[in-house]
Amino acid sequence: MMDKQQTQEFIAKRVALELNDGDLVNLGIGLPTLVANFVPEDREVYFQSENGFIGLGPVPAEDAVDPCIVNAGAMPVTILPGGSFFDSGMSFGIIRGGHVDTTVLGALQVAENGDIANYMIPGKMVPGMGGAMDLLSGAKKVIVAMEHTAKGNHKLLKECTLPLTAINAVDMIITEMGVIEVTPVGFVLIEQNPDFSIDEIKAATGAELIISESLKPMV
Amino acid sequence: MNKLISMEEAVNLVRDGDTVMVGGFLGVGTPERLIDALIEKGVKDLTLICNDTAFVDRGVGKMVVAKMFKKIMTSHIGTNKETGRQMLEGETEVELIPQGTLVEQIRAGGYGLGGVLTKTGLGTEVEKGKLTINIDGQTYLLEKPIRANVALLFAERADEKGNLTFHGATRNFNTYMGTAADISIVEAQEIVKVGEINPDDVVVPGIFVTHIIDGGAL
Repeated sequence: MMDKQQTQEFIAKRVALELNDGDLVNLGIGLPTLVANFVPEDREVYFQSENGFIGLGPVPAEDAVDPCIVNAGAMPVTILPGGSFFDSGMSFGIIRGGHVDTTVLGALQVAENGDIANYMIPGKMVPGMGGAMDLLSGAKKVIVAMEHTAKGNHKLLKECTLPLTAINAVDMIITEMGVIEVTPVGFVLIEQNPDFSIDEIKAATGAELIISESLKPMV
Repeated sequence: MNKLISMEEAVNLVRDGDTVMVGGFLGVGTPERLIDALIEKGVKDLTLICNDTAFVDRGVGKMVVAKMFKKIMTSHIGTNKETGRQMLEGETEVELIPQGTLVEQIRAGGYGLGGVLTKTGLGTEVEKGKLTINIDGQTYLLEKPIRANVALLFAERADEKGNLTFHGATRNFNTYMGTAADISIVEAQEIVKVGEINPDDVVVPGIFVTHIIDGGAL
């Protein structure tokens, strides 16, 4: 049984395998941010920070912090050689214009038609959508990286019950249990973490889960 | 035309009830000293247009705490608990707008466009009450231009004509807001003589800046 950190790293590691050499990628906050740590060495991937640059680099040493170079969560970061700064108009032109190859986001709920809810719980948590709606409508590929359930409650559903961030947007869901493609016929499990049985994964999924004929183990 | 003004002159350009655009992303690229001076003066009933409401002790977040806004138009309030409290308790009206849509609405306001057509927000709460338009078989949401009375901006350097340069991730909304406001006040970390900024390096042309104040180093 993995603890929370191990679970998140396991998911992030698998997400990183989806990124191709030369891709421009935007990572959401939380678990998705970890993906940058696991990009295979044979691939060069460019990370965008939607507050205005490409070439998002690691956290600097304390004495090298530049207050003007921070990520979209206002945490100090660095910009890599070959990077570039720009304003929010260009940053969202990059996002909305289909120039981001992959975005990796967390979610509260995902529906079998690709609808996603990840920006508010009415009356409880209303942080705002930030750039999430733009990323979901603009990125070429949307990967949701999250734990399969919320303390046992289903997050993969027939229909979302929370306010939607976007409709028909999600392409793939990667959890600690497996890799799921969102297809015109619904959720298709294409990789299975051998630590979980098919029955366990089905029970943790609040919609029909189709098992791919070419199901592979998740590594 | 002399664009250099004092902090006192600057705060007097912002009046009760004004709509103000403020540059910055979670307080990075925000005119902090101008904000402090406005709080000290005590302007009220403002409408804020800003990417986010930063933090309770930083950027426009301090103005939220000082209850200077009757309405806030923004993409994100999650880093400032006070904005959420004021919204949930009905003290302040908060309109949440997707970040890319917000910057494009400002750009439309400043660039003479009648609006922006976007897929962002289709099928969500953002679509409610708005027109959708079909162009060549694709559905888009019409988002209208927005403008303000005053834009409060930040730059690394300004020359005396208001030509601006930036450092790091501070450009964000600062490059558009000056186009969409009647008055735009820039707090520059450094003010230099005309000619000291190479025209090749200018990010915002001085015509979009009506007033400059010396903010000093960060």
